Amino acid sequence: MGRADALRGKTVERRGSAAKPPPDGSKPLPGWRRYWPMYTAVSPFFILFAVFGIFPVGFSIYLSFMSWDGIGETQSIGWENYAYLVTDSDFWQSIGNTLIIWLLSTAPMIFLALVIAYALHTAVRFKAFYRVAYFAPNITSIVAMTLVLGSIFSDSSGLFNSALRAINAGEVGWLSDPWAMKVSVAAITTWRWVGYNAIICLAGLQAISSDVFEAAKVDGANSRQTFFRITIPMLRPVILFVAVTSTIGGLQLFTEPQVLFPVDDNGNVGGPGGEATTIVLYLYQQAFIFNRFGYGAAVGWALFLLIAVFSVINWRLIGGRDEDTIGTGKRKGKSRAR
Amino acid sequence: MGHTVLLLGVLITIFPFYWMFVMASNTTGDIFAYPPKLIPGPHLWENMNKVFDGIDFWGSMGITVVAATAVTFLVLLFDSLAAFAFAKYDFPGRRVLFWIVLATFMIPMQLALVPQFVTLAWLGWVGSLKALIIPGAANAFGIFWMRQYAQGAIADELIQASRVDGAGFFRQWWTVGLPVLRPGLAFLGIFTFFHIWNDYLWPLIVMTDPGKVTLQVAVQQLNGIYTTDQSMVIAGALMSVIPLIGVFLIGSRHFIANLAAGAMKF
Repeated sequence: MGRADALRGKTVERRGSAAKPPPDGSKPLPGWRRYWPMYTAVSPFFILFAVFGIFPVGFSIYLSFMSWDGIGETQSIGWENYAYLVTDSDFWQSIGNTLIIWLLSTAPMIFLALVIAYALHTAVRFKAFYRVAYFAPNITSIVAMTLVLGSIFSDSSGLFNSALRAINAGEVGWLSDPWAMKVSVAAITTWRWVGYNAIICLAGLQAISSDVFEAAKVDGANSRQTFFRITIPMLRPVILFVAVTSTIGGLQLFTEPQVLFPVDDNGNVGGPGGEATTIVLYLYQQAFIFNRFGYGAAVGWALFLLIAVFSVINWRLIGGRDEDTIGTGKRKGKSRAR
Repeated sequence: MGHTVLLLGVLITIFPFYWMFVMASNTTGDIFAYPPKLIPGPHLWENMNKVFDGIDFWGSMGITVVAATAVTFLVLLFDSLAAFAFAKYDFPGRRVLFWIVLATFMIPMQLALVPQFVTLAWLGWVGSLKALIIPGAANAFGIFWMRQYAQGAIADELIQASRVDGAGFFRQWWTVGLPVLRPGLAFLGIFTFFHIWNDYLWPLIVMTDPGKVTLQVAVQQLNGIYTTDQSMVIAGALMSVIPLIGVFLIGSRHFIANLAAGAMKF
């Protein structure tokens, strides 16, 4: 049903925006009197965006050249925040941590999501149950579930280490070893998002014509061949959607590491050695624990730059698909010309 | 083979929920003993009472419910109005304005976290419910999504008929738009409600009075203060998600179908 809606949405749009106020014979009103309701209707978003979007973004440029603790006087310090940023090893560590955690979670997540989606697609029974079950982690609170998973990962006697002990495999410092810490955070993120992405991939799968699969079957392809040779290539656009959203989400990771490794009395974040400090967590620490508002604004711009770079890479990868993406301008132009 | 994969996956997915209940209903000693207790125990009530002693649970619940409900209502109102106008009417600047809506999607708002906080401080809203409600009262995702939905769902003839009857824009929105958009509104409503309920970074920053925080922040406070009593902390976590699980189980089928459809529109 959802797919049908999506298709309908698209066809209508292809035809161009159909419903301009049709000439119904009534005398045309002057511009403002005719259009004020529409402008009123769209204005709340633009007002809120101006106050809580544009203004803060502009202000953060100014702030990033200031030294300010949020209470006293602002003090102009030129490029000093940025100069410090470039040499700040904690900042670079947070970028490294973020990218490692992102890689550790995204790659297995996309693979697992595809496998689950494929299994769901071919499953006959309990489909509705599976869908709800796989989706459940995504809607429950990150804080609550991170606490639960955190105690499973607990170093001393968490469930994981107890299980490892039971099979004499030795214990792992899930919350203290630099690499294991990142694996823990990545595992929690994966657990939370894999079902969501599987549902998205499933919708993509259902959009593939069943003829393709039948043809493969006739040609004697087994299920593994079908999965790697047909399903995955045909799902490319959906996989890219999942990759894009996972990237944007992954680079902004905050709650999981913040809850897993609570801020200590000295304001340290990200656990032992700050090995799980992500960029946003670092920004939070600098601005809201240490009250370095100017420096926090500069870190914000660094984050923006990073996301912009990754977005460009992603758009590049998507390339040639702008027919179906959200840019409406071109399509309108075409339909008008027709 | 497919079934084995699915079952194994579901077990891993569901296990933390089961474990949350096991932890919340046992003592911390039992859970972290070796071998640990793996089945629910009799201490749930006791742990819950400790949560009530530790934090202002109902106060935080109240703040969270009010904020989530208010934002949901405002988002449905503002987003459906804007989406209706963008989808079904032509007015000068429509394309540019819609393009701006889409562009705002792409900006990571963490970029402006500091100045957003400063803006709220100037407005005198820090620590108040307004800080949780107003900035999120309309959003680009909802407008984009509702617009797609409205384009497919609302027949132009209905709007035309309503206009002939002398209805203005807002009347048309109310009598023609809203009834048809109801399933879409249900999805957007649940989505928004969950989002605000689970939001963490923003309330952590703007709700500066430790006695007046949202549920998520309160549960994390519990963890910060009573680190050693994990069972009690997890009982708090359990209490904070039960309302969500309830809402989800009621609306899940519809919700999931719409979410997938939304993604397919990109």
